[in-house]
Amino acid sequence: MNTKLPRQLGFWSATILVLASAFGAVSAAAQENPVKIGAVTFLSGAAAGPFGVPARNGAEIIVEAMNAGQLPAPYTAKGLGGAPVQLAFTDEAGGTTKQVNEYRNLVQRDNVDMVIGYISSGDCLAVAPLADELKKLTVFFDCGTPRIFEDASYKYLFRTGATATMDSVAAALYVTELKPSLKKYAGINQNYSWGQDSWNDFEAAMKVLKPGVEAATSQMPKLLAGQYGAEISTLLTSHADVVHTSFWGGDAEALILQGAPRGLFQKSTVVMTAGEPTLVRLGSQVPDGTVIGARGPFDVFAPDTELNRWFRKAYEDRYGVVPSYPAYKMAQAILGVKSAWEKAQAANDGKRPSEDQVIAAFEHLSFEGPGGKVEMALGKGHQAMQGTAYGIAKNAGGKITMVNVKTYPATKVTPPDGVKSDEWIKSGFKAGK
Amino acid sequence: MTDLVPVLIDGIIYASYLFIIAVGLTLIYGVMKILNMAHGSLYALGAYVTATLVGAWFSHGLNPYGSFALPLLAAILVGLVAGPIIERGLLRFMYGNDEIVLILVTYALLLILEDLIKLVWGVESYSAYQPYGLLGTFEVAGLPYTKYDAILVGVAVSVGVALTWGLARTRQGKLLLAVIHDREVSAAMGINVQRVYLVTFTIGTILAALAGALIAPKVSVVPAMGVEVIVLAFAVVVIGGLGSLPGAALGALIVGLVGSAAVHYLPQVELFSIYLVMALVLIFRPKGLFSAAEARKI
Repeated sequence: MNTKLPRQLGFWSATILVLASAFGAVSAAAQENPVKIGAVTFLSGAAAGPFGVPARNGAEIIVEAMNAGQLPAPYTAKGLGGAPVQLAFTDEAGGTTKQVNEYRNLVQRDNVDMVIGYISSGDCLAVAPLADELKKLTVFFDCGTPRIFEDASYKYLFRTGATATMDSVAAALYVTELKPSLKKYAGINQNYSWGQDSWNDFEAAMKVLKPGVEAATSQMPKLLAGQYGAEISTLLTSHADVVHTSFWGGDAEALILQGAPRGLFQKSTVVMTAGEPTLVRLGSQVPDGTVIGARGPFDVFAPDTELNRWFRKAYEDRYGVVPSYPAYKMAQAILGVKSAWEKAQAANDGKRPSEDQVIAAFEHLSFEGPGGKVEMALGKGHQAMQGTAYGIAKNAGGKITMVNVKTYPATKVTPPDGVKSDEWIKSGFKAGK
Repeated sequence: MTDLVPVLIDGIIYASYLFIIAVGLTLIYGVMKILNMAHGSLYALGAYVTATLVGAWFSHGLNPYGSFALPLLAAILVGLVAGPIIERGLLRFMYGNDEIVLILVTYALLLILEDLIKLVWGVESYSAYQPYGLLGTFEVAGLPYTKYDAILVGVAVSVGVALTWGLARTRQGKLLLAVIHDREVSAAMGINVQRVYLVTFTIGTILAALAGALIAPKVSVVPAMGVEVIVLAFAVVVIGGLGSLPGAALGALIVGLVGSAAVHYLPQVELFSIYLVMALVLIFRPKGLFSAAEARKI
């Protein structure tokens, strides 16, 4: 008997150990079932360099640190509520028809758990209805058209970046405060929806802020035209006090390279609403006195928080350049998803939340990004509101710094929920505070 | 009248750039009957090589004025490497095929070269801005223009004169004209048509690369820049007449001046204006302004 008991004990102990380790493995496997995110950004074409690649880099930095549990507070939990995140990148180049197909491929063939992406407003408008059709959580991180949530409402779609209305309204506020006695203004914008919408919003805001002051000229060269000799001559002869441009990428760089030697930036105050990536690219080539916007409180306009300091250092250490606004906005989108996911998981007794639970948690969410606080306050809680800032580039010994920086709260440069942007501007920002 | 001066100057500067691109395209078509879609990619290659050379030049602290030779060096480099490789390695197997097939072949080449550029230089933009502002500006009618743009006009005129003289006054030029006139008879007369093709394609490639090389200091060198330019180059050669040297010059001038006038007076119609001119020319002169009369073949 004395010899039997230890043998039975040994048998049961071993059995319990095996079963426990097996259960543990199953439990860990369930816990670590990865979340697959389809990340869509320009990886080729003219928008890849200034926007797409910084956005991809931003996603990689955030997701790697997130999976390793190395993000600063309040994002210290690993992955999404403990589940590791896998990114599947897709190229946004190729036009709206291709993007519709690519979105279907991500959802139906690759079975991603959610999609985060889209820089082009055209792509966003094309993909938006598919999110609800295919019932897949989708987060737009950058595209600016206000039409997404002003003309429709969606259950599965969110946008964590502010609309482009903010960029033009804040630009108009900034230049009228900077030059209270301005007599003429002019514009040079790319001849497609982004350029036309930007100019229309800016012109409408100027009509409200400076009634009676007319636009001297509005130049609309083709996207990627590259050469602006005649346009620069026209802007010079217009004697405009202020020149508005929403040029981006190579076009913005070419305008500076061709306009600066001819004195355009000395003769007029040029306000570049999407100029910040150009600042990163051209550095000291950006002329003194250029008014720069970053489409939100990003990069040079970002607040001095632990999260921002960590993000900038991690990005610079890895890529050798400072993160431009697309990197910030992508990071912001992923952190928005993380906040919503973990809020939903906490409400679900710590278990992995369903898609509907994440959506419910995302609506009207308030979370922290490297650019500061983001509030999902518009579009029935699906559209972000965030302030912005403008400043003047100053070349100090070959290093560009920003002076005369002014920040604008979201409520001052964004229409309230349910009001369309163009109507809000024409009404004299009446519902704004 | 003073308003007209900037229109003319801006138009002439733009026309010079268009001419350098279009003349290579029209030369290749005139001799080889190939509408070379890859011309835009060769233009982009010239720009990328120039940006690389200019970057290296200034990072080594060399004499800034020496950088003006770099676009020419880049154009010759691209032309002498890419021209023979494409002509000997690909196009010579395609001669005798329908023109449409050759368009498809060169379109495929365009896609390959675009990817090759991305493979080598990535998707980031490059700039070679230093030479553009180096010589300063001059004023006409109260408006500043860079001296670099004046050089661009000078180069375009020189290219036009050199090609006209070369075709009319040199033995090689006359051989080339004979091939343009009738390839089979030229071959029967003992002209080495294959060599004429090789030389022509190489010169055309040098001209495409030269346009890209000269424009590199003015712009941001980015992916897809070659795709954008090829459409404009086609508009120029279609207006002037495919294969015609004076046609390319006149087409470039028309597109340059019409575009400049539209920007100055009616910016809303700038893009439309160029294609309106092209449509009008095609209605009244379907083969372009300088198309030669052709005997009807039965």
